[in-house]
Amino acid sequence: MSESVNKAMPSASIKKRQRVNVGIRSVLLHVAVIAVLIALYFVLPEYHSGNLARILVLAIFAMGYNVLFGYTGLLSLGHALFFASGMYGFGLAIQFLDVTASVAIVTGLLSAVAVSTIIGFLALRTTGVAFMIVTLMFAQAGYLTILLFGDYTRGDEGFVIQRADRILFGFDLTQPANRFFCALILFAICLFFVAWLVHSRFGKTLVGIRENEERAEMLGYDIQRHKLIAVIISGTLSGAAGAAYALLFGYAGASFAAVQYSILPLLYVLLGGAGTTIGPLIGTLFMFYLIDYTSEFSSRYLPSDFSSAYMLIAGVALIVLTLYAPQGFAGLLRRKVKWLP
Amino acid sequence: MSLVSTHGLSKQYSGLKAVNHVDFELPKGQVRALIGPNGAGKTTFVGMLSGRIKSTSGSVIFKGRDITAYPAHKRMAMGMAYTFQITSVFADLSVEENIALAARRVVKGSSNVNSKVAEVLNKVYLSERYDQIAGDLSYGHQRLLEIGMGLVQSPELFILDEPTQGLSATEIEGFIELVGVLSESTTILLIEHNMDVVMKTAHYITVLNFGETLAEGTPAEIRANPSVQTAYLGAS
Repeated sequence: MSESVNKAMPSASIKKRQRVNVGIRSVLLHVAVIAVLIALYFVLPEYHSGNLARILVLAIFAMGYNVLFGYTGLLSLGHALFFASGMYGFGLAIQFLDVTASVAIVTGLLSAVAVSTIIGFLALRTTGVAFMIVTLMFAQAGYLTILLFGDYTRGDEGFVIQRADRILFGFDLTQPANRFFCALILFAICLFFVAWLVHSRFGKTLVGIRENEERAEMLGYDIQRHKLIAVIISGTLSGAAGAAYALLFGYAGASFAAVQYSILPLLYVLLGGAGTTIGPLIGTLFMFYLIDYTSEFSSRYLPSDFSSAYMLIAGVALIVLTLYAPQGFAGLLRRKVKWLP
Repeated sequence: MSLVSTHGLSKQYSGLKAVNHVDFELPKGQVRALIGPNGAGKTTFVGMLSGRIKSTSGSVIFKGRDITAYPAHKRMAMGMAYTFQITSVFADLSVEENIALAARRVVKGSSNVNSKVAEVLNKVYLSERYDQIAGDLSYGHQRLLEIGMGLVQSPELFILDEPTQGLSATEIEGFIELVGVLSESTTILLIEHNMDVVMKTAHYITVLNFGETLAEGTPAEIRANPSVQTAYLGAS
């Protein structure tokens, strides 16, 4: 007995040192990601830095999706609803309540919290495929509701958020530089929040639920409560992205509530690496430019009848990726760098 | 007073009475073995104790409280631990993280969790393998890991469903030793087919047959009981 105690001692202290290193490494990695993004703004031509602002906002959406899909193991097909709740919570408040942008961000977030709480409460009565279907149905119902109240929401056509309403703490967000750094700050807040979350006791329990729900339950964890909180966090991050999108790009429309905006975050996360903190950004970046380049290619070199051929090219690229990198880019990276958060 | 007791506990699966009106008392500090032929209702019975299976009628009392309506996680949080008949660990996570997941529910603060995890890894002979992926462990080690996950929560009642199934002879020896250590600090309810293990570990035995209590007694009494012999041990 005493012999095995002695053996355990050194390994315990090594473990502690390694764990501290992992913590520091994780912070350094995320700081480095933000630093690279700042540098990119100054290096890239304006067209690309403009894209990057959009990518950062969509990456927040993907990070929100990742909390539920990548860390909790719940596949939702209805996240467009959460994105749209934030977007309309923000946009309608500006439009009809005549509030400032900072107040409208709060109403956008509150609407996302409310919607995700209700949807989570109802949809979590199901599991597996039924959960996917139920979330999809709710999102479609949300989309149709936006169309139904077309007098206020302007339906598919959407509405523009005026320049005067897009001033946050004195910064005019129609200016490219302000817009980029606003997107970056929001992205950084969400990135550090998610990094903290997945390292916390709660986040590690979510991973346990993902890995073996029955075992986690029999360790005394309230699975339903954990899942509901995960849906709310995921939905609220997605809603934050929706509100940010309306604020930074000045537009809210029903197309953001349509099914393709439920599928996109799933693709971003799958490509980038589910269950990794930086995967969503990588996936969004890749997917955005994949569509961008393939559509440019098809419009330049193919006859106009084939203008949607970019979908085919993008589709083939996605199939190749899922065949050769099923864990996504960050998943591939994690094979080499085991500590990747 | 009993740590856990049941009164008229029954489970009916459309026509089949898997467990029929079982009255059961388990005093604190005892190692109790639950034996009986296949299909006697042992797993269903402990499933109703732990909350994995909803009872049809009857009640379960734990630490003086009626927990019949409690969900499983709430019962675990009251001081139960449970290991599955078919080993169930977090197969893609490290050995250390498996135990840590169990520990974090009861211990706060990462340094407390770490020291508790190291202590338990040592008790279940897995210190050397702390960084291995649980799914890569041998079957016997996975069983030990699952016991460690229960152990780290310092349960008052530890339910083990066929813990020695699939273990080698030496691993079974180790397990018997481990139960001896565990029984100093916790009450144990053990479903077990291996009579050698039952006789060496149990203070008291309950025999189930066709969902009903056939007999209860010390190992010596059970061994001498003629109806148990015919039902279970075979004519010898």
